[in-house]
Amino acid sequence: MARYILRRLAFSIITLFLLVTVVFLITNVFPSDPGRQIAGPFASQEQVDVLNEQLGTNDPLLNQYGRLLRSSVTFDYGDSFQVGQPVSELLWPALGRSAKLVLYGLVLTVPAAIAAGMFAARRRNTFIDRGIVTLGVASSSIPEFVSGVALQYFIGVKLGWFEVLALAPRGSNLITELKHLTLPALSLLVVYFGYIARMTRAGTIQALDADYTRTATMKGLSTRHVMRRHVARNALQPTVSVVGTQIGYLFSGLIGLELIFNYPGVGRLIYNASTSKDFPLLSAGVILVGIIYMICTLAADLIIAWMNPRARLQVTS
Amino acid sequence: MQVPPPDADGAAAAVEVDAAVAAGDDVIGEAGPITGLAYDMRGERRQAARERRRLLLRRPGFIIGVLIILTWIVCGVGGDKITPSDPLVPNDTSSLSPRAGHLMGTDQLGRDVLSRVMAGARDVLIVAPLAATLSVIAGAFLGLLMGYYRGWVDEILSRLVEVLLSIPVILMALLITATLGSSKIVVIGTVAVLFTPIVTRTVRAAVLSEAQLDYVTSARLRGEKGLFVMTREILPNITPTILVEYTVRIGYAVFTVATLSFLGAGIQPPSPDWGLAVSDTYALIPAGQWWPTLFPALAIASVVVATNLVADSIEAALAA
Amino acid sequence: MSDTAVKTKYALEIEDLQLAYLVRGIPREVLRGVNLHVRPGEAYGLVGESGCGKSTTAYAALRYLPSNGRITGGRILVGGDDVTKMSDKELRLFRAHQASMVYQDPGGALNPTVKIGRQVVEAFTVLGHDRRDSEQEALDALRRVRIADPTRVMQRFPHQLSGGMQQRVVIAMALACNPQLLVLDEPTTGLDATVEAEVLDLVRALRHETDAAILLIAHNLGVIRSMCDRVGVMYAGKLVEEGDAVEVFEQPKHPYTIGLLECLPRHGVRKTQRALYTIPGTLPQIGTPLPTCVFVDRCALADETCRTVVPPVVDVNENSPANRHISRCHHIDRLNQMPEPPEAEVEAVLEGKIVIQMNDLSKTFRQHGNDVPALVGIQLGLGDGETVGLVGESGSGKTTLAKAMLGIYEPDAGSEIKLDEHLLAGKAANRPPEDMRAMQMVFQNPDSALNRTWTVRRILKRTVKKLTGITGEAADTRLETLADALRLSPRHLDMRPRQLSGGLKQRVAIARAFAGDPRVVVCDEPTSALDVSVQAAILNLLSDLQSSESTSYLFISHDLGVVRYLADRIVVMYLGRLQEEGTTDQIFNGPHHPYTEALLSAVPSVDGEPSERIRLSGEIPSPANPPSGCVFHTRCHRFMEGLCDVEEPPVVEIEMGHRIRCHLATTGELAAEPVVAV
Repeated sequence: MARYILRRLAFSIITLFLLVTVVFLITNVFPSDPGRQIAGPFASQEQVDVLNEQLGTNDPLLNQYGRLLRSSVTFDYGDSFQVGQPVSELLWPALGRSAKLVLYGLVLTVPAAIAAGMFAARRRNTFIDRGIVTLGVASSSIPEFVSGVALQYFIGVKLGWFEVLALAPRGSNLITELKHLTLPALSLLVVYFGYIARMTRAGTIQALDADYTRTATMKGLSTRHVMRRHVARNALQPTVSVVGTQIGYLFSGLIGLELIFNYPGVGRLIYNASTSKDFPLLSAGVILVGIIYMICTLAADLIIAWMNPRARLQVTS
Repeated sequence: MQVPPPDADGAAAAVEVDAAVAAGDDVIGEAGPITGLAYDMRGERRQAARERRRLLLRRPGFIIGVLIILTWIVCGVGGDKITPSDPLVPNDTSSLSPRAGHLMGTDQLGRDVLSRVMAGARDVLIVAPLAATLSVIAGAFLGLLMGYYRGWVDEILSRLVEVLLSIPVILMALLITATLGSSKIVVIGTVAVLFTPIVTRTVRAAVLSEAQLDYVTSARLRGEKGLFVMTREILPNITPTILVEYTVRIGYAVFTVATLSFLGAGIQPPSPDWGLAVSDTYALIPAGQWWPTLFPALAIASVVVATNLVADSIEAALAA
Repeated sequence: MSDTAVKTKYALEIEDLQLAYLVRGIPREVLRGVNLHVRPGEAYGLVGESGCGKSTTAYAALRYLPSNGRITGGRILVGGDDVTKMSDKELRLFRAHQASMVYQDPGGALNPTVKIGRQVVEAFTVLGHDRRDSEQEALDALRRVRIADPTRVMQRFPHQLSGGMQQRVVIAMALACNPQLLVLDEPTTGLDATVEAEVLDLVRALRHETDAAILLIAHNLGVIRSMCDRVGVMYAGKLVEEGDAVEVFEQPKHPYTIGLLECLPRHGVRKTQRALYTIPGTLPQIGTPLPTCVFVDRCALADETCRTVVPPVVDVNENSPANRHISRCHHIDRLNQMPEPPEAEVEAVLEGKIVIQMNDLSKTFRQHGNDVPALVGIQLGLGDGETVGLVGESGSGKTTLAKAMLGIYEPDAGSEIKLDEHLLAGKAANRPPEDMRAMQMVFQNPDSALNRTWTVRRILKRTVKKLTGITGEAADTRLETLADALRLSPRHLDMRPRQLSGGLKQRVAIARAFAGDPRVVVCDEPTSALDVSVQAAILNLLSDLQSSESTSYLFISHDLGVVRYLADRIVVMYLGRLQEEGTTDQIFNGPHHPYTEALLSAVPSVDGEPSERIRLSGEIPSPANPPSGCVFHTRCHRFMEGLCDVEEPPVVEIEMGHRIRCHLATTGELAAEPVVAV
């Protein structure tokens, strides 16, 4: 197991290095003039040059690349173009708030989706199974901002059950905070419920059809025991994997949701950075999400390796 | 290079036929002098194709999906020729709630929402399928080459694919459009480029498992060139996989383009695009003005859901 | 006989069992009235081709049916209780306490995520035993199946055990409840012959310790013969013959049984002596309405009566009720009129000119940065029109050798492959078309070997074009000749592989290999996925083609009977090295390499047991880390310490063309007598 973790970590580090390189290439390979973009079309060329000098965008590309690599280790990305504050001081609190939302969304989604998936698998090809599958397909294909506005109107405005805006007043207790976060969290549920439920269903069906489940049944074990001891552990491996990858992807959905529900998280920060061409903040945000993705997939892989000893044999799928 | 699998004992396969028979697979008999089974094979094959079509048509998801998509295509093609009023010009009082004459109300500038929703189909229905098509072509090409030739190029490209997959498409698109500015071309290119690794991974995996089969070895043993093996031998076998991936990609391209437009990084004003419309008006929801936001939002949902239902039905029909 | 008397007499009674699968809502009959009875302690074997319903019967005995399976009639009594009438709870208790099963693929039958210990313990806790006792019982159970170190094995996961060990664990679990009924469904299919022998030995030994009625399903008639007291022959969901195993095998009384047995190459028969018997036609699909006698469409003795009158159940041993031997046939008196297989037209090949010569052929794979030598210094020649049989356990390098010869794997530097005296390029891609067409291959699994999106015509035509350069009308003519030679009818040419049966697919694959008049064809287990009747047809075809085309075969097989029938010479491989090489007679008659001796004695023969049994201990070692000295010394029953583990044995030619790599060969102490009568 230790060897597996080490190899898997090494793999993550290489991926991270490549990620930084890709981000650097995108922001530098195309001819761009950040000074001009920030200063606007009416600024004088001198102002733009001074700005570019300050930003370090005139340095040789290799130096800039080195700087970005170093930043990714120390997580010191310098100052934001726009706000002038260090990027990390902006990112960390926002990340904390987003994490709260994501966690809440996952708590709502994952158990429900797993239950629905297993339920559907055990009633394969019945009406209710087809219903769950079709609902899953439909709901998981709706963009977050679409379900966001719909929930905001129907549940927030029309029914008035939950707060319409996500940020609770300063000093609120947890319950109030959650009440505020419920609508965006439900929007996450709409998208991710379908994914996870379908994955669980597929995994469960595979496990139910497996020879070892037949062995367990033929031993005379009760259905409950068979499901818990023999089916679940194998059936949920794809689910763990998909939850791991989806947490990273959740952050793209957060952008829309944090705008609609006016929540100052990472998503809104990245959005603002992109509209104001704040490249240090934008690059840092993208790399941060990449790192979160890597941590989550790493965690998922480790959990799977713990669940299934055979998975430890290979590093990459 | 990997050690080849040990000489497997094939006797196991003999028993599987039992299962195939149990599943009702039709297997035609050995031609023997006294065989009692005479089949018209061509008829059988046509029947199989018909059966697949029937399976597809019997799925309500497929019918509903196709109808929705057709409706939006009609709207997109018709454009302002078929809308009740001009989608871009204010022609009534602003912010009217839905009523006769304005079935979906008017927006804050007094434009008819129904007309805007109908006309809004055009841009996304051009941009998204085009992006999906490009990504499938590129992904199929790369996936075939990587999966068939393997080697160090494949190693490096696979790593790169993993990296690109580690960042949500929307974030990457924001980064690119922030650098390049947004225009339809940039959006198409960006979505195509960002979807390519996903398609590549799917196709590569399919090619890898296909390339292990003996018919590929057999083709090499008669001196076929790599290009022939990839395009004539392997490609037809993975076409169903690619087809399903293509439909799924179209759905997600709509998803992505709409989201980008919503974030101001996609289709630009004054297009009546749905994502743009939602982004222009969502701030009014808490005040109870829902119609200019919700109708375009539902339009987006309907297209994406419809495409995915179609993809799902095709997949199920191909698996049957 | 009263009802209660029957109850006590039999452990398993299946009475007029009818079972159907629902296919698209339509019930299709699979079992059409099966009757069989097994006494406690008795082993009953069920044989028949794939799809005859033998596995369905076995699973029905524990009422384990696919979701579309329905028992439509009859009853199944185990210890007098009707399994078909049990409630879910009763069924669960019945499976826990009274009946057990051992499955085909032991690797799949064990849960990959649960330690062996826990899985075995579970078989005891389900009986209501408490946890501590169960653990002790699990240890004992593992010891009972001859696992030397049960404590350690309990800590393992299934994938860390070999196939043989996995099957032992499954058997241990099956015996946990001391069942009344033990069903073994192809328990050794997919295992190497050496491992199969081990597992069968174990089951044989355990039979004396339990009173269970054993129902054994196997497609390998040798396994049934060596294990069972009585045997039932199934065809299209009906038992057509049943009786004492030895009697049925020695004096079959149903045309189908006779056909099945005659399909096998037995009693050391060779291709030069006679062709193999084949059963024409194929098993009817499930659910098709059948005539009065289910076998009539394929029977050589059938006449009008067979189609109009239900065949009687004839007891051949009418006079001794204890030894029932029944057959459902109108024509038991005419069984001697069964047609004989034709005399062979195949001539023995003598001293053919060498076509392919491999010198010092080695192949090393790189895996995780380590060198894995898969072939080491192979020295082998194939004569014109000669068949060389290649045998050895899984992982011995048989297929690697074939693929290296064909250039699918590029051999290591220093290896030499000569075709007609000229050196071949290592990689197939670098060989000129003439060399390419000279060597072709028939693969084990025709499903994988044929492109499923191509029609048969396209497959063959493309091959003709690429290998011979013939195009246009000439290619069509060539194609027709080819199809004709392989007995493929024109309608087959326009089909795609999935529309063909396994035998037909394999014929297409053979046609493809012969499309360019090859000098050498590698046959890699070409019949192991096929039923015996189809196998016989394919073997006949191969040997006919060989004699008309004078092609050489490199024939890889795990079935020594088949190899003996077809091969002129045999080569025995172990861990990537040739261990013994000689004519078929030399290999079978001895003196033997100890490994060959073990391989031969592992074969369960349809014609009775070999006199002496040698069992290999342990697993085939990893080629990445081969044992010192003689690579076989770790498993050799004639191991000499200080010699075999130190010094690599020389290859000794003990008689003309009979070479053995063993220290014993130098001293002449090899076992000399023939081990087995395959």
